[in-house]
Amino acid sequence: MTWLIVLIVVVVLVALAGLFLYNGLVSKRNRVENAWSQIDVQLKRRNDLIPNLVETVKGYAAHERGTLDAVVQARNAAMSATTPVAAAQAENQVAGALRQLFALSEAYPDLKANQNFLSLQEELSATEGRVAYARQFYNDSVLAYNTAIQKFPATLIASRMGFRAREYFEADEGARQAPTVSF
Amino acid sequence: MYELIASNKRRSILLIAGFVGVLTLVGMAFGLLVGYGWQGTAFALVFSGGLAFASYWKADAVALAVSRARPADPAQYRRLYNLVEGLTIASGLPMPRIYIVDDPAPNAFATGRNPRHAAIAVTTGLLEKMNRVELEGVLAHELSHVKNYDILVSTIAVTLVGAVALLSDLAFRTMFWNGGRVSREGDRENHNNPLAIFGLLFVMLAPVVAWAMQAAISRRRESLADASAVQMTRYPPGLVSALEKLLADTTVTHSASKATAHLWIEQPMSGVGDRGRFGGFNQLFDTHPPLEERIAALREL
Repeated sequence: MTWLIVLIVVVVLVALAGLFLYNGLVSKRNRVENAWSQIDVQLKRRNDLIPNLVETVKGYAAHERGTLDAVVQARNAAMSATTPVAAAQAENQVAGALRQLFALSEAYPDLKANQNFLSLQEELSATEGRVAYARQFYNDSVLAYNTAIQKFPATLIASRMGFRAREYFEADEGARQAPTVSF
Repeated sequence: MYELIASNKRRSILLIAGFVGVLTLVGMAFGLLVGYGWQGTAFALVFSGGLAFASYWKADAVALAVSRARPADPAQYRRLYNLVEGLTIASGLPMPRIYIVDDPAPNAFATGRNPRHAAIAVTTGLLEKMNRVELEGVLAHELSHVKNYDILVSTIAVTLVGAVALLSDLAFRTMFWNGGRVSREGDRENHNNPLAIFGLLFVMLAPVVAWAMQAAISRRRESLADASAVQMTRYPPGLVSALEKLLADTTVTHSASKATAHLWIEQPMSGVGDRGRFGGFNQLFDTHPPLEERIAALREL
C-alpha cells in the first residue's frame, strides 16, 4: 500500500516536472520567433521612411540623381527579396546607399536646415539602431533557447518533441563595420 | 540574470515585511509613550498593512508627483522616445511611460511595480547635456532597473521610509504634549512605565535605521544596473562618458527629496563625497556607490 502511494507520488512529480520543462521550452521558442519577426518589423519601418527622405532631398538636390536612384533601387530590392541571404545583402546595400545620401547632404546647407530632413535623419538613425538591437535580441533569445534544449534533462525530450536548435544571425563582413548611419 | 530577478522579488516581499515590522514596533512605542497601549499597536499594524498595500499599487504615482514629473510629449521628445524604444527591443521589455522633470541638473530615475507598469523620468538638464550615446547609456541603466525589478523594491521603500519617519515624528511630538491628557499632576511620581524609555529610544532611532536600510538596498542595485545597462547597449563607453559628465557636473537636483534620493541615477543631494569627521558614518546613508567606483567598474568590462 505504502509503496503504491510512493509510486503514484513519484509519477505525478515526474509528470509535473516534464510539464514545466515543456512549457518553458515552448515559451523560449516563441520568444525566438517573436524576436525574428521584430527584425522584419524594424526593417520594414526603415523601408517605409525612404520614399519620404528621397522626396525631401529631391527638393534641394534634384541633380544628385545617381545617389537618389541607388537608394530607391536598393530599397526596392530589399522589399522584394525572398530568401534571408538575399534580404541581408539588400539591407546592406540600403544602409550603404543611405550613408552616401547623408554624406552628400553635407554639401547642401539649405537641406541640412530643413526641419523635415532633420526629423527623417533622426528617424532613420533611430531605426538603424532598432534593427541592430532587434538582431541582438534575436541572438540573445536563440542563445537562451539553444542552451535550454541542450541541457540535461531537456535534451532527452527536446528533439523528440520537435525542438531544434536555431541559427544565430551573423552579420557578414560588409555589415559588421556599418550598422549605423554616421553623420 | 533570471535568478537575480527572482531574488529581487523575494527581497521586496522581505522588505515590505521588515517595514511593516518596524512600523508596528514604532506603533507599540507610540502606545507606550502616549499611554494608549495595545490600541497604538493595533493602529500601527492596520496603518502599515494598508500603507504597504497602497504603496504596491500607487507608489510610482507618488514618486512621480513628488518629483514634479510631467508626461513627455512624443512629438517634442522624439529622440528620447526613439532611444527608449530601441532599448526595449534589445531587452524585450514593454515600452515604459516617459516623464520629464524640469530641472537643470542632469539626472534620471525609473519607477513602477513591474515592467508593464513602469515609468522613466529624465530631467531637462540631462537632455541638454548628454549626447546620443550617453543618453542611451543612462536610459539603459534605468531600463535595467525596470528589468531587474529594482523599481518595485525601491519605489515601495519610498513610501515606507516616509511612513516610518512620519510616525516617529508624530510620536515624538505627541509625547511632549503628554499624549493629549490634560492633567500632568503627579506625573513625576508616576514611575510605573519603565518601558517608555525604550520606546523613546526606538522612536528616535527608527528613521535612522529605515534610512540606512534604504541606502544599503540601493547601493548594490546601482552597480548591478550599470552592468546590465552595458549588456543591453553592448557599448560601455556610452555609459562611462555619461557618468563622467555627471561627476563633472555639480548642480544639485532640486526636484529630488530625501525619500526619492535612491531612485535617481546619480545621488541628487549635496554633500556627497564630503568625507569630513563623520565621513564613515555618512557613507552609511549614501544611496549610490561613488561615481568614481562605478566608472572604474565599467572600465573593467
